[in-house]
Amino acid sequence: MSRAINMADKRLHTNLAGIYMNTPVLTASGTFGFGEEFAEFVDLSRLGGVMVKGTTLKPRRGNEGVRITETPMGMLNCIGLENPGVDVFLQETLPRLANYNMNVIVNISGSTVEEYGILAEMLDVPGVAAIELNVSCPNVKEGGIVFGTDPKAAAAVVKEAKAYTKKPVILKLSPNVTDIVTMAKAVEDAGADIISLINTLMGMEINIHTQKPTLGNVTGGLSGPCVKPVALRMVYQVAKAVKVPLIGMGGISCAEDAIEFLLAGASAVAVGTANFNDPTVTMKICDGISDYLAQRHLESVQDIIGAAL
Amino acid sequence: MPKVAVDGEIIAQHELAKDVWRMEVEAREIAREAEPGQFVQLQIPGGAFTLRRPVGIAEVSLQKGTVAFIYRVVGKGTKALAQLTAGTVINVLGPLGHGFSCEAKRPLLVGGGMGLSPLLFYAEHAEGKADVLMGGRCERELFWQDIYKPHVQEVFCTTDDGSCGTKGFTTTLLPELLQKGGYDLVIACGPEIMMQGIAKIAHEYNIPCQVSLEKRMGCGLGACLSCSIDTTSGERKKVCKDGPVFWAEEVFDLA
Repeated sequence: MSRAINMADKRLHTNLAGIYMNTPVLTASGTFGFGEEFAEFVDLSRLGGVMVKGTTLKPRRGNEGVRITETPMGMLNCIGLENPGVDVFLQETLPRLANYNMNVIVNISGSTVEEYGILAEMLDVPGVAAIELNVSCPNVKEGGIVFGTDPKAAAAVVKEAKAYTKKPVILKLSPNVTDIVTMAKAVEDAGADIISLINTLMGMEINIHTQKPTLGNVTGGLSGPCVKPVALRMVYQVAKAVKVPLIGMGGISCAEDAIEFLLAGASAVAVGTANFNDPTVTMKICDGISDYLAQRHLESVQDIIGAAL
Repeated sequence: MPKVAVDGEIIAQHELAKDVWRMEVEAREIAREAEPGQFVQLQIPGGAFTLRRPVGIAEVSLQKGTVAFIYRVVGKGTKALAQLTAGTVINVLGPLGHGFSCEAKRPLLVGGGMGLSPLLFYAEHAEGKADVLMGGRCERELFWQDIYKPHVQEVFCTTDDGSCGTKGFTTTLLPELLQKGGYDLVIACGPEIMMQGIAKIAHEYNIPCQVSLEKRMGCGLGACLSCSIDTTSGERKKVCKDGPVFWAEEVFDLA
């Protein structure tokens, strides 16, 4: 699986807005279930946190038809936020997750600004380390992308959530905007404790045999190695413009990718699509960052965060 | 049961029929744990592919510590798999999902196309207790006959053009076979429309039926929800984790 936790891993200890993390490597929402699905392959306590499957007020069945397709160096998905709803999460899932020594970060999506407040308040409970506001899911019709592409709407969502929870609030930015920096500043000013970026890029595929779009939802979110240069650029730009810590994500599939994001100013990284190809990849990334620091005789991951800025 | 992701050497790889290949990989832990109906996810070496490819387990050799897969080249990924040669190392994630019920005393296996691949593992496991009914468009597609013969009592065939066995679909011959009696389980794998027809006939004859579903998958571990399906109870289930094998009445309306 991975080598045992060793002394060198102390180099990877970090703290984001009061969340203590054994490593700066998290898993991105929607790609890792609730974490338990990967427990046979990953030492969950060694992750900085698991950003669990997007949760909504009411259960959602998700989109119909084909939900996933591979593209060159990436994939498109249109799951459509299928989830059992926040009540089931609180009553059934969260108690189960207490068996694992890991930071549980709950990704929430609302159809209205008020719903973000309701969800934030419901999740202001022990066992939840932080709340990530998903204002950028490209695969749902109501809410979703609307909040993620308008700085005022994104700021309103942050303010609403902050008013109802004491947990750190993370705002996940959409890359489907003209100016990512304006979005980042708006949510920082609104009180976001951490900014995570990027969510998927909206894309599509057409099946030339059926002459129809492949995905049931026509469009889907593009992720995987192909989006990494875009994500890295956005993290770099945002890191120069804001003071809050960033969780960088988008196409990270090896330690070298993760180190690039840290150098670009991310205080932590999240791994998404790469978990599908290699369920143990997060452990390899932790090992690789540790080795990189050791080779340079650095004592802490803090020493490389933002070094390229 | 434990799942593992292991690097295994390809022991054998050859083309069985046009665009249909058999790959045998050394993966002792998976061979030991696998049950008929389960699948693995193969990582295509080289780093050019983002997703693994799910394939049913067709054969297991405990002695050699190998698992074998029979797969059709349908796209870039399976084409890349077919180009791998013996000696290459490939990462195998599995065994995944739930397999078929192995309690039956006299099972009838019904397969169409590549659906005959996971049923082969069942036939071997049943050690001569099973019969197989296989369907294809023409005789050429039923190259499976010789593969199955050592493992089953009888092989029944149907072809669309009548070039081998009964002219028609598997559902054409199935009532006659079930009428004779003796079978205590029908298990089906193939196109969904075929499995639905088989499930309805089995239901009419009051014989329990299991089907193996196919759906596009991401993680294979129940995390990404790419392969969610509706069940007759209204509950959402995941083909990769809750299946791929389901009791027919769970997924098809048989009334």
